[in-house]
Amino acid sequence: MKIGILLKQVPDTETKIQLTADKTSVDTSAVKWIVNPYDENAIEAAIQLKEKKGGEVIVFSMGPARCVDAMRTALAMGADRAVRVDTADGEWDSYTTAVALAEALKAEGVELVFAGKQAIDDDASQMVQLVAERMGAASLGIIETFELSEDGKSATVTRPVSGGTKEIIQVTLPAVFGCDKGLNTPRYASLPGIMKAKAKPVVEKKGAELLGGETIKIKKMGYSLPPERQPGRKLTGSPQELVDGLVKFLKEDVKII
Amino acid sequence: MAAQGGDFLLTPLNDDYIFIPDELDSTVRELADVTVQFMTKEVMPLLKDIEDKKPGVMSNLLKKTGELGLLMVEVPEKYSGMGMGKVTATAISENVTHDGSFAVAFMCHTGIATLPILYYGTEDQKQKYLPKLASGEFLGAYALTEPGSGSDALAAKTKAVLSPDGKHYILNGEKTFITNGGFADLYTVFAKVDGEKFTAFLVERTMPGVSTGPEEHKMGIHGSSTVPLILQDCKVPVENVLGEVGRGHKIAFNILNVGRWKLGAACVGSCKRLFEITTKYITERMQFGKPLSSFELIRNMVANSAIKTFMIESIVYRYAGMLDQISASLDHNADDFYSKMLKVIEEFAIEASIAKVYGSEALSLVSDDAVQMLGGYGFIEDYSVARFYRDNRVNRIFEGTNEINRMLISGTLLKRMVAGKIDFMTSLQTVLDQLKTGFPTTDSKKPWAAFQDQVERYKRLAIYFGGVAVNKYGPAIQEHEGVLAVLADCITAAYVADSSMRRLLKLRTNAGDPKCKIPADIVCTYLAERLPQLQAMVEQSLISIADGNKEEYLPYLKAMRRLCPQMSWDCQAAKGRIAEAIITKHSYAW
Repeated sequence: MKIGILLKQVPDTETKIQLTADKTSVDTSAVKWIVNPYDENAIEAAIQLKEKKGGEVIVFSMGPARCVDAMRTALAMGADRAVRVDTADGEWDSYTTAVALAEALKAEGVELVFAGKQAIDDDASQMVQLVAERMGAASLGIIETFELSEDGKSATVTRPVSGGTKEIIQVTLPAVFGCDKGLNTPRYASLPGIMKAKAKPVVEKKGAELLGGETIKIKKMGYSLPPERQPGRKLTGSPQELVDGLVKFLKEDVKII
Repeated sequence: MAAQGGDFLLTPLNDDYIFIPDELDSTVRELADVTVQFMTKEVMPLLKDIEDKKPGVMSNLLKKTGELGLLMVEVPEKYSGMGMGKVTATAISENVTHDGSFAVAFMCHTGIATLPILYYGTEDQKQKYLPKLASGEFLGAYALTEPGSGSDALAAKTKAVLSPDGKHYILNGEKTFITNGGFADLYTVFAKVDGEKFTAFLVERTMPGVSTGPEEHKMGIHGSSTVPLILQDCKVPVENVLGEVGRGHKIAFNILNVGRWKLGAACVGSCKRLFEITTKYITERMQFGKPLSSFELIRNMVANSAIKTFMIESIVYRYAGMLDQISASLDHNADDFYSKMLKVIEEFAIEASIAKVYGSEALSLVSDDAVQMLGGYGFIEDYSVARFYRDNRVNRIFEGTNEINRMLISGTLLKRMVAGKIDFMTSLQTVLDQLKTGFPTTDSKKPWAAFQDQVERYKRLAIYFGGVAVNKYGPAIQEHEGVLAVLADCITAAYVADSSMRRLLKLRTNAGDPKCKIPADIVCTYLAERLPQLQAMVEQSLISIADGNKEEYLPYLKAMRRLCPQMSWDCQAAKGRIAEAIITKHSYAW
């Protein structure tokens, strides 16, 4: 069985986001890149499945050449090979990204895909569903457990629903699963694993060639950063003056009473 | 041709190969990153349990590092290791330093516990033990010190006697302060066969007659295991003799050389960890309406710490790079590979001792300043600088005290001089001639020309001072420890000066001028500041060598003025720039 992983390279959570001078995109020059944390759970799920049932684990990622670093992490953890869908040409939103990824997955004959439930950079949370739709597969977001059937044709998963209730779902493959933190504990890439990963194949596909005429549905018009926090104001004086000053401030300056 | 030990002193600055930490490749950085992740996510949450020596915690963590592959880095592939070099090992050692107790346990296992077998073991011993040590199935310890013999290790009393059937040695005695001793599965034990022949033995914990005593209560590294090892009619199979009977001193001292470089590497890492804590604190802590990081005296501590860190980093990686370079030129499958590598390690004994002495003393000062920067909070256990302050103290004591290592630095140089292995006398004569005719200067078009000249002054100072002392005392110089210690400091400073300038020049070649601004400030400030300090020490020592006789010492002092002219460099301004870069980056980076 071929098991796919959708992986996204995202800025480290501690990165201070800055915009390019023209404010049309995020300045990535000083960004430290990491594997999207939820994708680590997807990697772990795929590798655990391979360890139990055998098969081949292929990691898919969309983006420029730097994404290979993130894919190497998956390879070091135990994935077998990687496919990078290059974004140099073409216009990209969640839709076109999903179209290209789904084509790449289909080309490899992947029937079972694990992805993080969302990427922590844009938090669009659309990839699991969109890719599944394009593949003609089922989609199951936010799974907490995963169990493949004996014959490998279906899977049983649990999902949290409101009030702590669990939904137990049986799904026929092909399917795409969105993974959450609770699903497993991602392993560390071992040192020998990192060394072995160097030799594992990473192939590149041109994203624009996978679109088949599909075009973006949304266009980002610009970015703005949250306003800088204003320094606090310190009131001084007698208790009476303090209260008067505060009331005046709340009424006239910020107008909340 | 590969470098020779002590070369740096007698040859002017040159472009011969030197490894600099700035050129660590992405693979090594990746391995180092995994190490950091492991430390922050798996080790640090258990800090309290580690410090309390909760049974099983440290040994389990070491076994986990084994699963991750951290224990197999230097073990060759044929013994289930990764066969990586010393540069990689340095990068990893640097990054296990978030907790001193863990770092000591880790270094002990991967260094003095594993390497004796790698370098001195028979093929059978290697097959039997290395895979287990590489995976963490076995944890290792090194048992040299005894209650009555520390620095004087060869005075050990532990005795080994061959059993009547010739199959075992029977060991009796007590070893003390054994790191990892409480949980180790394998000990390299030194004992004297028939009370005479100093010999190393591989002793498994499960062999009859092996036991350990209670944990010591230490000043620092509370979480590391330190126990006595008791051998009572302990039966060790003869095939567990490591190396040859009567040749144990070779193992004991040569393995310590490797341990000394590793200790230097750990000191680099500890300094970097301290920057992570202090830069954050001083930018957040407000006094008089300003962050602490805006006060000049605080900034000077940041800059001084950065200078020290840069220097240890330069010498530790240079050492590792030299060993890797030589190792790469040898056939690893040849029978004599390890005996050749051992000769190399012996060859660079001076450099290893320097890494230990300079590294441990630099970290002492960096951790002291870290406590100071945090003020009252530095003295409170909630902030980890107090722990770093306590934990680092032992670095100046173990792996050979800094006093012993100072004697080794100058003693080894003088021994090689007497044996004609290095041409010290020609260098001395050159310096004496140049005192009359003037010293050569660097082409002013070359980068940092005045500072390249300054590097040569450090070397001349050591050569001149060594020459005067040897001339006066002859072989009796060995009894003048004070003089030898000052000479060791001169040699150390010369090595640091040479290594840091060569690093700067290589960095410039690799990355261009803009990337060199802060490193240049660091190197120039070190070079300008350190020489006058040494000069004062040497002058005192020269007066003492002259027995206070003015007619004798005045010519020395005259020479000193020519050897150490005043350097014009605004250290304060440079320190301001260094501090600014590091405070902005919130870590030892620029």
